[in-house]
Formats: sequence, structure tokens, C-alpha cells
Amino acid sequence: MSKEVNVDVEYLTRVEGHGNIVVNAKDGKIEKCEWQVVEAPRFFESMVVGRSWKELHHITSRICGICSIGHSLTSLKATEEAMGIEISQQDEMLRKLALHGENMQSHILHVGYLALPDLAGVGSVIPLASSHPDELKTVIGLHRLANDMSKLLCGRTTHPQRLIPGGFSKLPTIEELETLKGRLADSVEDLKAVASFVKGLASRFPDFERETEFFSLGHDKEYPLYDGKLKSSDTGTALVEDYLSMTNEYIVPQSTAKYTKNNREAYMVGALARLNNNYDNLSPMAKEVAESFGLEPVCHNPYMNNVAQIVEVVHNVEDSIRLIDLVLDMGLEEQSPYHQPDIDVRAGRGIGAIEVPRGILFHDYTYDDDGICTEANAIIPTNQNHGNIQYDMESLVPQMLADKTEKEIELALEMLVRAYDPCISCSTHYVDVKFV
Amino acid sequence: MSGKPKAAFFDLAGCEGDQLQIANLEEKVLDLINIVEVVSFREIMKEHSDDYDIAFIEGSVTNDHLAERLEEIRENASIVVGLGSCATIGGINSIRNSQDHEEVKHRVYGDQADLFPSWDKAKAIEDVIKVDYHVHGCPIDRDEFIHVVESLVLGKDPEIPNYPVCVECKLNENICAFERDEFCVGPVTRAGCDSCCVNEGTICWGCRGLIDNPNDDAHSDVLEEYGLSAEEVMKKFNLYFGWQQEARKDE
Ligand code: SF4
Ligand code: SF4
Ligand code: SF4
Repeated sequence: MSKEVNVDVEYLTRVEGHGNIVVNAKDGKIEKCEWQVVEAPRFFESMVVGRSWKELHHITSRICGICSIGHSLTSLKATEEAMGIEISQQDEMLRKLALHGENMQSHILHVGYLALPDLAGVGSVIPLASSHPDELKTVIGLHRLANDMSKLLCGRTTHPQRLIPGGFSKLPTIEELETLKGRLADSVEDLKAVASFVKGLASRFPDFERETEFFSLGHDKEYPLYDGKLKSSDTGTALVEDYLSMTNEYIVPQSTAKYTKNNREAYMVGALARLNNNYDNLSPMAKEVAESFGLEPVCHNPYMNNVAQIVEVVHNVEDSIRLIDLVLDMGLEEQSPYHQPDIDVRAGRGIGAIEVPRGILFHDYTYDDDGICTEANAIIPTNQNHGNIQYDMESLVPQMLADKTEKEIELALEMLVRAYDPCISCSTHYVDVKFV
Repeated sequence: MSGKPKAAFFDLAGCEGDQLQIANLEEKVLDLINIVEVVSFREIMKEHSDDYDIAFIEGSVTNDHLAERLEEIRENASIVVGLGSCATIGGINSIRNSQDHEEVKHRVYGDQADLFPSWDKAKAIEDVIKVDYHVHGCPIDRDEFIHVVESLVLGKDPEIPNYPVCVECKLNENICAFERDEFCVGPVTRAGCDSCCVNEGTICWGCRGLIDNPNDDAHSDVLEEYGLSAEEVMKKFNLYFGWQQEARKDE
């Protein structure tokens, strides 16, 4: 039987940014199988050159709306390292809370609004309002909680205002933190309900595996989001300052984004990579949820990234409650509502590495004596996943060609790319834009 | 327009933070889809249609391809609304408008710099097509967005302030940034955000862009008190005004 398969998804929907999937196969032979990235460049690494240390976190926050807290924090860590600025233990805990808030917000948006429609067999979240009103209401409630939490800590849910070099311009009050803690505790039941709803549909995730390398932060004592060393499932730990030797950007002709690799042709970053590398440090309830899905390290099914995100949200909630308790036990140290930390501006280079929702993020700045940025580099999670997506596609398509229809292949590929939750608009490195 | 107007959302060069504000409306999204029919919103839905009345556009125009897309959208829509400062005023993208473009490209792409097309300046969408309404901000303010949509559905012009952020900031009884030895562009920046960044302990960075006539409409009390002119303020701190400043010069 001669069979022609043509998949041409221009501007994949329900992902952030612009990417295309192109597959041509004839008589079981693949002629083309490509994940193409076609986002317009924005040149952030050039825009920050010549700007002051006081502005860099504000500017680089705009690399990505959905990870703007993560970008701000990574930027602040780079600036603080460059100038030898120390932040207080309290500020560090509050920053970790901010990061939990963003991770929850981003993961809930992705699983609930973007991935769930595939599992439910609809085109968007809108039909779920009539087909699954209760479940959707639960998802919306969790999303609102995550946003309220981000707003409480950062001033705003998107493009934070309170996060500044050396700490916070304004702090939440004790009462606000207590209320937040109560709401987090109450959300656990809702989270379990969402987890079991997804579990009921999880058989729709294709049963696909391809062995790859997982890259994330690693930490002895905690599930590392804000802090840690670099960790590869293949090559072990490394220092943050050696990040360039682990990320090795390279260029492929089919894509506008640079790819990265370490030990193999590509690696994966994000929730599944973090979970595979740091499973033991997940909170107890997060482990329970992982077990209920049969998710255990090392999992090589990229579709399970969706499940890893649910597991992480549970961890975020549990760890946030722990952090709030710690802050309150220590007694919240008050400060001016227009706080400006004392900063000794000086020349230097600093590298910030943080786990943001889609994986490990690096900002690397050099400042002159006046605190003006002279050089900047950023490596964002989605770019680190492009290569892995491409190799997954090349492995998945041949397995499906024999007995799946074009539509089924198309859906499986869309779901694959979506599982990585790519945030293409923040891909800062592009070469050769080619439009299909 | 008969029945519910059809709305479509598009994104050019931006961070999708403005579209995220719509997802962040939570239940109010359901109110929104009661008054408009969303026929295209790539970030959240698979369906797409070119049959729409109102087009909301996020992001700046930075190359020919985006300009062509923009022109198509203009042909299809009867009302075009810019969503967020990248679209309405070039926004943060226009920081590079005053930088040397060859250097800008080379710094990011090295010797591959010539492989992809980008204009030497990031432009507001109204540089390329006629734009009917602007929802300023980086990101947009959710309440203002709802106000604009409701006005359009009722066939009214939305009310967008043309007075400086200082007015809101004074009402909020903030300690002025200048009083705290900080610099602030609130005196020349369009209000409408309730001076939210100052309320959170920082400064106004200028994200909503300049008021229509900064030299006439700036907050004169604040300027006088700290011995500044509107021109000095705009010159000394320019994160968001790059494209607007050039457009002012051209006038
Ligand atoms: S205006 Fe701000 S929030 Fe909107 S796309 Fe541009 S950078 Fe993002
Ligand atoms: S200059 Fe800034 S801080 Fe001072 S009143 Fe105006 S907006 Fe507020
Ligand atoms: S205070 Fe200034 S920077 Fe902040 S939202 Fe308002 S206009 Fe934008």
C-alpha cells in the first residue's frame, strides 16, 4: 500500500511563541521531519549593553511574560554576584516563595488550559466550560491562587515590581502571609482532584520512550529551584560558572534557534528533568502523587513532563507552607515600603542560574566600574529543549507510520511539542529565519 | 456588526505577557466570551478563522514578514487594537533603536548576523498600519482591557487618560521617588495604571509611554519642585520611549 503522510502545522497553537512542525513521508520513508522555530528576534543581550545595573532585571523580565519572575530573579542573581551583593535569609526565602508562585501559575496554565484540551479531545479550554465545568472551576481557582501568591510577593503577577537588586522594595505583611498559608493548605484537596482527573485521561498520552540526558540544577538537601549546582544525568554535577561547557550552543540549518548539547546529541530540561535528577528531594505529598501516576525516576517518556508538572505543583504548595512557617517563626523583619538596599557598585561578572517553569535558565552579565553592563548572555530553557524535541520526533514518527493516520500522527506530534511547554518567544538566540 | 462581534488575537515581537493578562482574568474570561466571540487566539486555542471584526495585536513590528502579517490583519478587521506597549509605542524593544544595528546583531549572532532579517528599529504597529485604539502598558492593565472591550462592543470610544502618572501617584499618597533620591519618569508618562509601580515601592519606568504633549501636559508641580524640564526627564531615563521620541522628531 502506498501511503503519503504530510503534516504541516504552521504556528503550532497553545504554545508560547511561534514554531512549525513539518513531516513528509512517502511509502513509509521519511523525507522530512522537522521542528522549526520561527520567532522574530528581539536582541535582549544587545539591548542591555550600556544600561545600568538598576535596570537589567526590569528589562530582561520582558524576555518572557510567563516566566517574568524567573527571568527577574536570575537577572538579580547575576547582578548580585557580579557586585558581591548578599541578600538576607528572609529575602531568600521570600524569593523562593515567589518562584514557587510562578512555577504553580505556569504549570497550572499549561496543564489545565493548554494540555488538557488534547486529553479531552477538544481544541481549547473554552468547551471545557460546558463539558467539565467543575474540573475547570477547580483549575481556575488554583490558577488564581498562584497568581495571587505571585502578586503578593512581587507586586504584580507578570513583570514583577518588588524584586530589586539586594532584596525587595516592599514586603508582604504577616497577615498577608498567614492568609496565603491558609489558602495554600486549602488548595491541597483541589490539587488532588485535578491530579485524579488527569490520571483518568493519562492513557491518552502516547506510550513513547527515547533515552536522553536530563539537565537541571542539583542540590544535596532541597529540590533545587532557586539554588544549586549544575547536574546532568549523564555527566554528574558541575559548577554554575562552567555552564558554557555544559550547554555548548550549536547551529542547525532548519531552525532559527540555537540548539544545545552536553554529553549526547541533545538533552532535556524542565519539570521531568528536574524530577528525574532530584526525585528524592520532592516533598512527601509530591512523591505520593508521582507514585499514583507510576512516575518514577528515570522516566524517558517526554509526554510525562505534563505529569511531572502536576507533581511539582504539589511540591511547590507543600514547600511554600514550610517556607511561610519559617519566615513567620523567625519573625518578619520589617523595612521601609520604598526600600533601597545599600549597594556598593563595582565592576565584575556574575552568572545567575535558576530553575524556571520550563527548565534551567542562565543570565551572565559583565559590568564596568559604574555598574553599566558591557556584556550579557542568556540561555533559556526552551532553546535547550529544541534539539531534544527534534530527536524525539525523528524517533516517534517511524513508530507511527505503519498503523496511524496522518491526523493521529499530527496530534501526537503536537502533543509532544506541547508537552515540553515551549516558550518560544523568549528564545533569545536565533539564526537564519526561514518561513514555511 | 450584527450579533456578538468576532475577536481575534495576534502576536508579533513581544513576550506574550499581555495575552497572559487575558488568561489571568480567570472567571472574567467567561464574561468576556459572553460579549465577544473569540475566533482566533493561537496561544490558547487550536481553532483559527480569518473572519473577525476586532483584532487585538501584541508586540512590535521588526521585519518585513511581520509587517505583511499586520497588513493582512488590517484588511480583515474593522477595528484594530494595539495590546501592550511593544505594539502601541514600540516599548522595551525600542531600546535598541538608538543603538548601532550592526553591533546589535553581531553581539547576539556573531558571524551569523546576516542570516536573518530584522529591521534596524523596532516599531509600534501604527508605524505600519492604521490603529484604532491603544491599550498601553507592559503588561496591559486587566481592568483597562475590559473597559476597552466593553466600550467597543457598545460602540463607544474607550476613555484612556492623557495626564501623567504623578496625578494618580499623588492620590495614592506615595513618597515621591525624587524625595527618595531616585529618578522617575512619572511626570511625562501616561497614567491609567494607578501608579502601580510606585505603589509597590519603586519608580515609574515609563511603560505606558509619553502623554500626548509632554512639554505642555507634564506634571508641572513635580517638575518645578525638583528643578527639571520635561525634556530633561525624557532624555535622562529612556527605557520605553525610543520609538515615540523618533516619531515626535518626525512631526
Ligand atoms: S508590552 Fe510588555 S508585556 Fe506586552 S509584549 Fe511587550 S514586553 Fe511583553
Ligand atoms: S515623580 Fe514619580 S514618584 Fe514622584 S509623584 Fe510623579 S510618579 Fe510619583
Ligand atoms: S507606574 Fe509607570 S512603569 Fe509602572 S505601570 Fe504605570 S506607567 Fe508603567
